[in-house]
Amino acid sequence: MFNYTFHWNQALKALPQMLDGALVTLKIALLSMAIGLAFALLLTLFRLSGSRILSGFARTWIEIARNTPALFQIYMAHFGLGSFGIHLSPFTALLAGIAFNNAGYLAENFRGALKAIPDTQTRAGRSLGMSAIQAFRLIVLPQMLRVAFLPITNQMVWAILMTSLGVTVGMNTDLAGVTQELNARSFRTFEFFAIAAVIYYAIAKVVTLAARLIAWRMFRY
Amino acid sequence: MFDTAMTANDLLFLLKGAGMTLAVTGVSVAAGTLMGVIFGVIRVQIGPWWAAPLTFLLDIFRSVPLLIQLVLGNAFQSIAKLGWAPFTTSCVILSLYTAAYCTEIVRGAIDSVPPTTRRAARSLGMTWAQDMRFIVAPLATRIALPSWIGLTLGVMKDSSLVLWLGLIELLRASQVLVTRLQEPLFILSICGLIYFLLSFPIARLGGYLEKRWSPND
Repeated sequence: MFNYTFHWNQALKALPQMLDGALVTLKIALLSMAIGLAFALLLTLFRLSGSRILSGFARTWIEIARNTPALFQIYMAHFGLGSFGIHLSPFTALLAGIAFNNAGYLAENFRGALKAIPDTQTRAGRSLGMSAIQAFRLIVLPQMLRVAFLPITNQMVWAILMTSLGVTVGMNTDLAGVTQELNARSFRTFEFFAIAAVIYYAIAKVVTLAARLIAWRMFRY
Repeated sequence: MFDTAMTANDLLFLLKGAGMTLAVTGVSVAAGTLMGVIFGVIRVQIGPWWAAPLTFLLDIFRSVPLLIQLVLGNAFQSIAKLGWAPFTTSCVILSLYTAAYCTEIVRGAIDSVPPTTRRAARSLGMTWAQDMRFIVAPLATRIALPSWIGLTLGVMKDSSLVLWLGLIELLRASQVLVTRLQEPLFILSICGLIYFLLSFPIARLGGYLEKRWSPND
């Protein structure tokens, strides 16, 4: 049917290299998630703060993150910041772009989750003598994270998929970058990228499964 | 920063890129939605066991990065000697990608129609097709439309990845200008603004519909 000989051996020989790349991919995704979660929390607090400037800043961040492509955000970090004399390496630019994106989406998820927690909870905490910060940290935050856990998991999978965009700004150590470099040397595009696809699929499934296990362990009453 | 070498022609070039983005998005969303509705109905009708192969296949499109899918699709079409242009390849891959997500939306929407309502329709003598058309479709559309709008916007944003296949869409067009004019921040800002203007009003509409149409509110 096809006038083409598949050379799977050649691609399979490069498997260790690609698995190393997969570790880098996972590392970027986890780091970007950690940074994104921290910033999302900050943005949520900004929104709740009541200050016009802070909540305006948070809204601007969230709307830009959600209404422009992730690839655009990575380009902005890699090429755009150069105008301010900030030259980020592909790794940093990729991390910054994905973290920015994650923070925007997660902050929006947190907003939804906050709606599910009745105001009376905070008031009950306050009337027990807690400070506003204590009430948020000890009463609201745990419940919010519980409600937002599934969206956070989804965002984690998204982050993993987004790391593949690094190859467009010259990243060559993550899974997509390693694959592209191998492909540039051998032109066995289909074989290499098919294996990369399988690895990405496996990572995404393992992460989803792990999240389910964690949810099952943590959120039992 | 504000004095720029960019001319009106360059802006036109960017807008043409935006046109390409909209064309790819339009074709992919139309084809993807059609497939998504068909797959969604099939999945509900034949039950989770028989639909398992279909579910697995569509799950692949949601668990593998779109960039990898595009490269694979392009490599496949050259291996199979299909001779597709980058535009065709991009649209085919993006359609399947859209269909994978759309199937989930359609399935969820059909499942959200109470079975009692459907049984009532059937016991009034409606055929399966009538039940689908007059009972399920109107109710399910209300549930599905906000998510579908979100999906459309997502596909528009993800369509920026087709630049990897050499298609000159909005982001690629701005990259070409950046290479020539060496003003990355300014040009990328315009590019971002165009994306934002395309996406934001529709995102707001989706949010409004979701609020307006959510039951028990």
